[in-house]
Amino acid sequence: MMEFDAQAWVKVAAFIGGGMAIGFGAIGAAIGEGYTASLANLAVSRNPKISGDIFKTMLVGQAVAESASIFALVVAILLLFMNPSNASMIQAAAFLGAGLSMGFGAIGSGIGSGFPGGQACFGLSRQPAVASRLTTNMLIGSAVCQTPAIFSLVVAFILLFMNFSAAPLNPNWAALVGAGLSTGLAAIGSGYGGGMAAGASCEGVARQPEAVGNLTTIMLVGQAVAQTPAIFGLLVSFILIFKVWPETAQIQTAMALLSAGLCAGFGGIGPGLGNGMAAEGAVRWVARNLSSAADLMRIMLVGQAVSQSTAIYALVVSLVLIFVV
Amino acid sequence: MAIEGADLVKAAAFLGAGIAMGLGAIGPGVGEGMTAAKACEAIGQNPREAGLLTRTMLVGQAVAESTGIYSLVIALLLLFVV
Repeated sequence: MMEFDAQAWVKVAAFIGGGMAIGFGAIGAAIGEGYTASLANLAVSRNPKISGDIFKTMLVGQAVAESASIFALVVAILLLFMNPSNASMIQAAAFLGAGLSMGFGAIGSGIGSGFPGGQACFGLSRQPAVASRLTTNMLIGSAVCQTPAIFSLVVAFILLFMNFSAAPLNPNWAALVGAGLSTGLAAIGSGYGGGMAAGASCEGVARQPEAVGNLTTIMLVGQAVAQTPAIFGLLVSFILIFKVWPETAQIQTAMALLSAGLCAGFGGIGPGLGNGMAAEGAVRWVARNLSSAADLMRIMLVGQAVSQSTAIYALVVSLVLIFVV
Repeated sequence: MAIEGADLVKAAAFLGAGIAMGLGAIGPGVGEGMTAAKACEAIGQNPREAGLLTRTMLVGQAVAESTGIYSLVIALLLLFVV
């Protein structure tokens, strides 16, 4: 394996990482924008007279969903054309990690941002008079929904631009790839879940415009809890990036670090989705039953805490893999 | 069998191009299909507005196409430029 110089391996990792970054990254935003466009069409059919407003809202909502894939495009272009002068094998691992991080990270946020856009368009057809509140709610909800993609972008940039040549190759290559996986995968669930809550809040504002204050509050609280698995993923990524492990020829240390990344990453998907579903349910029913808003908030938080449990188990196992074994 | 370093880089570029366009085609396919399905439902509910609904559908699909175009561009860059 050592016949190829490090420069070749760096390019290999950069190209595969770049392909993965835009390949995975394109999935989410397209699905989300398609959802927005489909509901916009239904809205226009219901209320053709305000088709201009619906159209504008659709384009704005789609633009927010697009941002996740723009991040992915930026990372892919950087990977393709960045030719670092200090090429080393560890840099190859960092590039691969960057591609994985941004690629996976854009999926959830892209799909999730489509939900508030679509529901805002449909809500416009029902209640054209509250257009400004709907647009505001849509923008707030989809902006919070982009947070996991931003976490992934931060990790990708750190992996791209930080100089790792001081770290010995084995086992730090696994730490860097694991760092990419950890944030990237965990962002899928949190992005999608946050989007579900935002979509329900836009639908709710159309149904009960006077409840917009309560709806926005519950949406933000629910989204904040849904972001927790992505934050766990980010925490594990930072530990894996910034801690330098001493050189060891043993394979099990490397695999432990890679596995820590996989654990925190995959472990965040389910709880992120589940928290989002809980938040969506709570927001949806606050719109229909404003008087029980406090009860709904309480039940949502209890339910989210329980569904968060496996994310905490995953975080604990990741930390054990990093620090104990 | 000796593999040159330059060949390995080309191999990786081809692999990356395939991954980029292959995965990148998933999203626009699903998204634009959803749009078309709902457009049919919309026209079914309100046939008189078919022209406006078709135009809205096409614009929405064009926006969803954009990420597929990004993937195509990266794939072409990997195949022919880098």
